[in-house]
Amino acid sequence: MEILPILRALKRNKVGAVLVAMQIALTLAVVANALSIIQYHMSNMGRPSGMDETNIFTLQNHWVGQPEHLRASIEDDMAALRGLPGVVDAEATDAYPLLGGGWGWGIRLKPDPHRGAVAPTTLYFEDAHGLDALGLKLVGGRWFSASEIGEWNMNDLKGSPSAVLTAALAKKLFPTGNPVGQVVYLFDNSPVHVVGLVDRAQTPWPAQGFGDGWAEFSTFLPFQFINNGLSYVVRTRPGQLTAAMRAAPDRLSRITRQRVIEHLMPFSETRTAAYQVQKSESWLLATVVGLLLAITVFGTVGLSMYWVGQRRRQIGLRRALGATRVDILRYFHTENFLIAGAGALLGIAGGLGASLWMATHLGTERMSPMYIGIGAVTVLVLSQLAVLGPALRASLIPPSLATRGL
Amino acid sequence: MIGYYLQLALRTLRRNVILTSLIIAAVGVGIGAYMTVLTMFIAMSGDPIPDKSAVLFVPQIDAWGPATRPPGTAGSVRLPEQFTYRDATGFMRAHAARRQTAMYAVQLDVTPPVGASYSQPGRAAYRDFFDMFEAPFAAGAAWKVKDETDLADVVVLGATLAARLFPHASAVGQTVSLDGRLYRVTGVLKPWNPMPHFYDVSGNPFTLGEQLFIPFTTAIGHEMQSAGGQGCASVPPPGWSGKLAGECIWLQFWAELPDAAAVRNYRQFLVNYSDEQRRLGRFHWPPLVQLSNVKEWLALEHVVPNEVRVNSLLAFGFLAVCLVNAVGLMLARFAARAGEFAIRRALGASRPDIFLQCLTETAVVGALGGILGLLLTALGLAANRASLGTLADYAGRLTHFDPAIMALTVALAVGATLCSGLYPTWRATRVQPAWQLKAQ
Repeated sequence: MEILPILRALKRNKVGAVLVAMQIALTLAVVANALSIIQYHMSNMGRPSGMDETNIFTLQNHWVGQPEHLRASIEDDMAALRGLPGVVDAEATDAYPLLGGGWGWGIRLKPDPHRGAVAPTTLYFEDAHGLDALGLKLVGGRWFSASEIGEWNMNDLKGSPSAVLTAALAKKLFPTGNPVGQVVYLFDNSPVHVVGLVDRAQTPWPAQGFGDGWAEFSTFLPFQFINNGLSYVVRTRPGQLTAAMRAAPDRLSRITRQRVIEHLMPFSETRTAAYQVQKSESWLLATVVGLLLAITVFGTVGLSMYWVGQRRRQIGLRRALGATRVDILRYFHTENFLIAGAGALLGIAGGLGASLWMATHLGTERMSPMYIGIGAVTVLVLSQLAVLGPALRASLIPPSLATRGL
Repeated sequence: MIGYYLQLALRTLRRNVILTSLIIAAVGVGIGAYMTVLTMFIAMSGDPIPDKSAVLFVPQIDAWGPATRPPGTAGSVRLPEQFTYRDATGFMRAHAARRQTAMYAVQLDVTPPVGASYSQPGRAAYRDFFDMFEAPFAAGAAWKVKDETDLADVVVLGATLAARLFPHASAVGQTVSLDGRLYRVTGVLKPWNPMPHFYDVSGNPFTLGEQLFIPFTTAIGHEMQSAGGQGCASVPPPGWSGKLAGECIWLQFWAELPDAAAVRNYRQFLVNYSDEQRRLGRFHWPPLVQLSNVKEWLALEHVVPNEVRVNSLLAFGFLAVCLVNAVGLMLARFAARAGEFAIRRALGASRPDIFLQCLTETAVVGALGGILGLLLTALGLAANRASLGTLADYAGRLTHFDPAIMALTVALAVGATLCSGLYPTWRATRVQPAWQLKAQ
C-alpha cells in the first residue's frame, strides 16, 4: 500500500500531524469520560424507588403550637385523608425514598452496640397502613399489624420487637437461607425479629451520591413517629391523583387551620427535584461532548483544506503521472486515518489514565472500557467524514496544474 | 507601530474568513465552556469571610473514641464534626477564647398578624455569633447577655423576613409569633448570606441564609429540635434531658482566636478538657484534638463536591482541545500568508517586526474569541440556571456573572490565544524571503 510514502510526506509536516493527533487524543479522553459520567447519572436516575410512584403524592404538615395529643391529631388527619374519594391509603412518616433526609443507623448481627455494624441502613417508621400507602411489594413474611405499632419520639430511641427489611439489605445480612425469622440488632442489645421482606425500597438519599452500594438498604420499624412535623404519604387509585391532591389540604384545614402544609407535590416531582443536579450536570456534559466533537470536526476540515491547498502542485503532478481521482481521495483518507489512529491510541491511554486518576483521587466511578471504544470509533469516523470534503476537492485538481506553474 | 499592526490585523480579518472564524469559534467555545464551569467552581470554593477566615476556628475533640470510628480510617483519623450538648456548653462556660458560640439550625413557624403561617430556617446561637461572623445590622442590635441567662424570647430577623413581616415599619421593638410564642425583635440584619454557608455545613452548604436568630439558651429551654444532622455514638437516655446528657452530636461550635498564641492556648485547653473528661471516666482514650480555621474546615468537610472538581477537569480538557485546534488553524492561517511576510521581510522588516505584527493579529483574534466566550459563558450560566429549576435560588448564587469574572474571561481568552499563537508566529518569522518570493 501507500502507507510508507504517506509517512514520509508526513515527516515534512510533523507539527500539523502532531497537532491533529493531539486534538483527537484529548477529544477522545474528554468525550469518553463525559459519556461514562452521563451514563452513570442516567442509570442512577432510572433506578426504581420501590414505591407506586405514579399514584403517590406527599405533603409536609406541622401544627402551629403543639397539639395536646399529637398521636390523636395525627390519626385524625390520617382518617380524613384515607376517607377522601380515590385514595387507596395514607400514612404519616418521618421519611420516604428520595426525600433527601431521614434516619440512618448501623444494623448488626451481634448485640454489642459499639462495634460490628454489618451494613448501614435507613430507618422508616411505619404503621399498619405503610405497605399500602407506599405501594411496596411484599415478597416474604408479613407486614405489621395494627396492634404491634408502638410510639417513637425524637428524644426516645428504643428497641423494636420486629422489622421488615428490603431484599437487598436481607441479602447483605443473610447471604444464604431465609431471612424471615432471623434476628438483627439496632440501638441496643434487644433482638429485632425480621418478620417480612419487601422486594425494594430506596433510602431517602440515593440521589446525593453517597452509598451507591446501599441505595436499597432500608429497614421498616413498627412505630408511629410522634413529632410535630411529619410527611404525609397518600396513594390514590390510578387517574385520581390530581383530584385527591387538590382535595387534601382543604380536608386537613377543615380539622384545624392552625397548621402549615408545605411541599404538596406528586412523587414525580420529588424524583425530579432529587435528581435535579445530576440532570443539569448531564446536560452540561452532553453539550460539552457535542461542542467538542463539532470543534474537532471543523478544525480537521480547516486544516485539511489548508494541506490540500499547499499540495495542489504535488497532487497535480501525481495525477499527471497516472494517479486516479480515487487514488488521491484514498491518499488523504489514509493519511487522516494514520494521524487520527495514532491520536486515538494516545487518547485511549490518556482517557483510561484520567478515569483511573479521578477514581482514586476524586472517588468517581471507574469508566468502563466500552466508552473509550465507543469514543475511539466515533472520533475516527468523524475525522474521516471531516476529511471527505477537502479530499474530494483535492481529487478534482486537474493534472494540467502540474505543467502550468513550471 | 502597534497601531499600524492593529489596523493591519483588522484588515486581514476579512481575508481568510473561514479560517479566522474557525479560530475565533474554537477560542470562544473553549473559553465559554471553561468559564461556565469555573464560575460555579469559584462561587463554591470562594472564601466566605475573607477578613476573618484565618481567625475563626472549629475545635474538634475525640468525643466518641476509637471504637466507634468507621473501619478503615486508621491512617487519617476523622474526629466528630459536631458537638454533644455537654461539651458545647462546657466550652461556653470555660470561655477559653475571646469570642465563642455554640449553635444549631432550627426551623420555626412564623405566624403573621394576618394570613397563613409559614416555616422559616433559623439559628440558635450566642450573641457573639454576630460579631464573629460579621453579620451586619441594619437596625437595632444583638440581644443582651442578660437575655441569654433569662432565656428571654428575643429574636434578630434577617432582611428578607423583616421586610415580609413589617413592610412599612421598623421591625425593632415589635413582636413576632414563632412556634406559637411571642418574641421581641432586638435587631434586623442587612441582606447577609455568606457562601458557602461555612458556619454549619451539616446541611446543604449552598442554601439560602437563615432568617431568624434566637438565643441558644432560649432554644434549649423551649426544647427546640435541631433542623440539621445529628449522630449518636450510643443510645441516649429518654426525653429532652436525656438528649442533653447523652452522646449525640448535633451542635456546632466556633471560637475566634486572633493570633498564634491564642491558637496554641486553645489547643492546650482542648487537650486539658479531654484529659479532664478522661479523669471523670467519660473518655477511655488519650486526647486527640484538632483546630481548623475556615479554609481548613471547608477543605476537611469537602464543601466543594468532587463532581464539581471533575467538571472543572473535563472543562479544562475541553479548553485544551480548543486551543490545540486554534494552534493548528493559526499555523494554516499564517502559512497561507507566507508570501505577504516574505514581501515585508524583503522590504526591510526585521524578524521582531513580523513577530510583533503576528502577535498583534493573534491578540485581536483572541479578543474576538473572548467576546464570543463572554456571550457563551452568559448563555451557559443561564442554561445551567434554567436546568436547575427548583433549585433556582441556589443556582442563582452559583451562576452569578460579575464584572471580575467577565474581565477574567476576556483576559484568559487573549492570554490563551497568545500562548497558542506563539509557535505559529515563530514559524511565520522563519519565512525565507528569497525562497518564498522565488516560489511565487
